[in-house]
Order: sequence, then structure tokens, then C-alpha cells
Amino acid sequence: MLPGFPDAAPLAGLLGGVLIGLAAALMLLGAGRIAGVSGIAARAFGISGDGMPRSGAWAFVVGLPLGALLVAWTTGGIEASFAGYLPLVAAGLLVGIGTRIGSGCTSGHGVCGVSRLSQRSIVATATFMAAGIATVAIMNALGLEVLS
Amino acid sequence: MTRSWLVALLSGSLFGAGLALGGMVDPARVRGFLDIFGDWDPTLAFVMGGAVIVMAIAWRIQARMAQPLIGTTFALPDRTDLTPRLIGGAALFGTGWGIAGLCPGPGFAALVIEPAKAAVFVMAMLAGMLIFRLMEPQS
Repeated sequence: MLPGFPDAAPLAGLLGGVLIGLAAALMLLGAGRIAGVSGIAARAFGISGDGMPRSGAWAFVVGLPLGALLVAWTTGGIEASFAGYLPLVAAGLLVGIGTRIGSGCTSGHGVCGVSRLSQRSIVATATFMAAGIATVAIMNALGLEVLS
Repeated sequence: MTRSWLVALLSGSLFGAGLALGGMVDPARVRGFLDIFGDWDPTLAFVMGGAVIVMAIAWRIQARMAQPLIGTTFALPDRTDLTPRLIGGAALFGTGWGIAGLCPGPGFAALVIEPAKAAVFVMAMLAGMLIFRLMEPQS
């Protein structure tokens, strides 16, 4: 579909992105808050004291798999390859610590902050993208295959 | 307050649907995007582009609103300082993102795609958040 990139799914990607944008817009204009998943999750699980009411944080977190389930049902299943348990634990720890120290993740900084032209979010997004690119490049160079 | 959890549930569901539709619950696709020196998959750029365009419009609308539809005030970040913590935290996060191809949103959404593995990722992530909390109890 995209010349030169036979595996890419640009249309589905764009549509998915628009849905994510609408979700974040609803949170902003409806509830007056940033749809940042790491912050909302920390709030839901009582790890962070500030943010939206806990009921709302829980509702948002529960909604994430609900929405994915709806898409899985209507499209007849979603193909995905995941890393093994050891890399998943290492990655999870880094993502948890890093998003708290850096005040956000792909949603809060990458979508909400970048679209607001927040300098902090643009720098954070450039940084985690560069770190992700470097990590994959180094792992590939070392021949570390994590996905099964 | 009363109906704000409904807005949150709808927002979370839309968000999860978007992640699933855009292929972001598949770590192979996410790592494929980060693999710019190898077999690059640009799909995530389209996801990001679509989301940012919609949100850029939402910010323009927000600027003209005195208060959100539900609730009385906008509770939005107002910091502008670039700190070592911001950059260091983002670098740690990006490293984890690169290792497994999962960030927080897809981690939760993938609970219905690959339950055991997503649960392990999510529990490790929450443990990481807790570790940070214990290191810095005042924040």
C-alpha cells in the first residue's frame, strides 16, 4: 500500500491515530485533563497522589483493553508478537521508572504535549524516540532477538 | 465529578480502539518503526500524525473554552523548564520501549490480546513506578 514499505499499514495507522486523537480531545475538552496513560495509570493504582479522581483514572485504564477487544472482535483478531518474559520485565521496569521521572510517555508527551507545542514534551518525545531507536539498533547489532 | 468517569471510560475505550486499529498493540510493529537502520516500518508515524493533527485542533478549541464540558477547571501541565530529569526519564522510558516494543497504553490494551505477557509487562511497569515513588516519597 505504501510504495517501498510492503508491511506498512498507513491507512489503518492514520485511522487509529485519529481515534487516539479523538480520545485525547475528549479527555481534554470533556474532563479538562491530559490523556497521559502513565500518569493516569499511576493515579489509578494509587502510586501517584495527584491527577484526576481515582474513579476516572480506573475507568480510563479499563477502557484501554475494552476498546482493543472491540477492534479485535470486529476485525477478526489481532496479530501480535511479544517479547519473552525476561525482556518484558526489564522493559516494564524501565518504562515504569522512566515515565515517572520524565513525567509522561508516548500519549502525554508524544500526542498531547507535542500537539500543544510544549517545549518539554517535544524534547521528551525526541529523547525517548532516540533512545528507542538506539536500543533496537544495538540489540540488532548484538543479534538479540526478543520477539517470538 | 459525577459523570467524569464516563468521559474517562469513553476516552480510554476510544484510545484502546485506536491503538489496536493502528497496530500499536503489536510490539513487532512498534519495534519495526524504531528499526530505522533495518527493515523500517513507518506505520507508527501515521498513527502519531493522525493523533497529533486531531489534538492540535482540540488545543485550538480548548483555548476558546472557559471550562471543560464536565467539571469547572482545566487541570493542565504548565511547566516549561527543561530538566535533566525530564531527559533522563525519557531516555530510560525509550530504552524500555525499544526492548519490548511496548509503552503504557498498548501494555494495558494488549491485556486482551496476549493476556499473560501483557500482564507481566504491566506489573513490571507498575513496580517500576512504585520503585520511583519509594525513592522519592515527596513527589
